[in-house]
Amino acid sequence: MVRIAVDLNRCQGYAQCAFLAPEIFTMHGEEALLYAPEADEAHRAKLAQAAAACPVQAILVDAVDVPAGAVSDAR
Amino acid sequence: MLGDGSLERLKREGRIVVVGASLAGLRAAETLRAEGFAGSLTLIGDEPHEPYDRPPLSKQVLLGRAAADRTALPRLRSVDATWRLGVPATGLDMAAGRVRLADDDEVPYDRLLIATGVRARAWPREAEAELDGVFVLRTRDDSAALARRLEEGPKRVLVIGAGFTGSEIASACRERGLAVTVAERGAAPLVGALGGVVGAVAAEMQREHGVDLRCGVMVTALEGDASGRVRAAHLSDGSTVETDVVIVSLGAIRNTEWLAGSGLGAGPRGIACDAGCRAFDIRGIVTDDIYAAGDVARSPHPLFGYQFLSLEHWGNAASQARIAAHNMISESTDRIPHMEVPAFWSSQFGVNIKSVGVPSLGTEVLISQGALRDHRFIGVYGYQGRVIGAVAFDQARWLPFYQELIETTAAFPPPFPTVDRCSDGQRPLDADFPDPSVPTHGPTVTLGGYSPADRRMTFTPAH
Ligand SMILES: Cc1cc2nc3c(=O)[nH]c(=O)nc-3n(C[C@H](O)[C@H](O)[C@H](O)COP(=O)(O)OP(=O)(O)OC[C@H]3O[C@@H](n4cnc5c(N)ncnc54)[C@H](O)[C@@H]3O)c2cc1C
Ligand code: SF4
Repeated sequence: MVRIAVDLNRCQGYAQCAFLAPEIFTMHGEEALLYAPEADEAHRAKLAQAAAACPVQAILVDAVDVPAGAVSDAR
Repeated sequence: MLGDGSLERLKREGRIVVVGASLAGLRAAETLRAEGFAGSLTLIGDEPHEPYDRPPLSKQVLLGRAAADRTALPRLRSVDATWRLGVPATGLDMAAGRVRLADDDEVPYDRLLIATGVRARAWPREAEAELDGVFVLRTRDDSAALARRLEEGPKRVLVIGAGFTGSEIASACRERGLAVTVAERGAAPLVGALGGVVGAVAAEMQREHGVDLRCGVMVTALEGDASGRVRAAHLSDGSTVETDVVIVSLGAIRNTEWLAGSGLGAGPRGIACDAGCRAFDIRGIVTDDIYAAGDVARSPHPLFGYQFLSLEHWGNAASQARIAAHNMISESTDRIPHMEVPAFWSSQFGVNIKSVGVPSLGTEVLISQGALRDHRFIGVYGYQGRVIGAVAFDQARWLPFYQELIETTAAFPPPFPTVDRCSDGQRPLDADFPDPSVPTHGPTVTLGGYSPADRRMTFTPAH
């Protein structure tokens, strides 16, 4: 599982990501981008490609594998 | 901290506590570790969830394209920290340098970052707010509950308040084929953020998409049936809307109550901090060890005459948090000011809306590109002869240009001839913002004057 956020302030709606990883990024109307906030492991490579292709580097993805339970209440 | 090695000691073995474990809290924690902070780091959050992203909650989630519990924020680097989730901070002892938690524990700090954000303003009549079918939308849990109810195919959804969130909710419901009524006290949707000229376009978009939009009215009461489910809403014009889902979208309240009596300059308008994110105490003196970032902060902005600005914007939370984190562990000469031009996006009814600067400070608006009637245009806002903000409807690509005009305090109206300026754009119009003394619930940018102490502020509920 890979987590995704897009900085839509930066995004210029050129849709490169939607061409490269249509499972994750789709255009909604003419220039609004809708993305899946979480993608399957199987899409990791495509996602990395899309993030690299974004001309304004708006796509943020997990840089590290956060093992389940890495966030827990440490009381 | 001048060359006596105390900063090095702080970075090596200090204790940094972050209260509020959302966008600002997470980005600050990542920055602290990225910049070499090796001491102990504790994140305290009252929500039981790891940091998640809120913008999808009113968009992808309500459209049924993502699950509310699958919106966790990506981690930009690994963060070694102690997470205290599901426990609210309940008090601050500035003299002792301790944060008190609801479970009576106390967490000592050398540096504290406050990033407790805002919460949704609830429906003011408590018994009505508790009716089954009445929702607000701020958290992951709110969004999950609402999405579940929309799944059941309610006969009608009533959205109270047409700010950005309310409008996005209405849009998602219409896209799912649900009947929607929107009740807005102002003259148009988004009027507090963008003014009446652009608000009229937002109204047209809603009506074209089949929203039963009622402006200039207030909801006076919600009515439940015998089983405690909401069944109708009564409006100030005497009409009644039969509905089984009501979403209260009346703006936000800053989470500062836990700081009451602490001596920090915190109140209903947020926490006042300087351009370097250091919080003020109530005497107007800046603290050395307490910082604020994100939706809860208000800070002076050089582009806007150093007035305090509160911004409920994703980009602001992320960048202010990074700056706060950097400054917490830097010598004063290495600190950086937070002076990014405010920026915001929303998408609704298939239109991409983006703004830069502070449109709500504008008195005039010029449609410099495109046309209002096409719902595809750029509006430039002017204040005292300079460009102060801009909004784009499906014209996002041009915004960086306008941002530069704002940054360079360019003259308004801008003298340049634009490529596709049409009849709308021959002269500036009155931007038509509501009277500032009338509280609106949707500006998302609040100008807070010059006083850091926030003591004369009286709280006026929006409804
Ligand atoms: C539905 C929705 C849609 C949005 N869409 C957009 C958009 O399209 N574009 C945009 O720019 N912005 C959007 N925003 C705004 C954006 O999400 C916020 O600006 C951002 O979340 C602010 O982050 P923050 O960390 O400052 O505060 P928050 O995200 O509010 O986080 C504060 C955290 O602190 C916790 N907390 C509060 N009090 C305490 C306490 N006493 N002790 C411990 N923890 C506490 C809160 O529970 C919360 O988890 C949207 C917001 C919502 C709700
Ligand atoms: S590639 Fe980048 S700029 Fe283009 S639509 Fe995707 S996120 Fe936006």
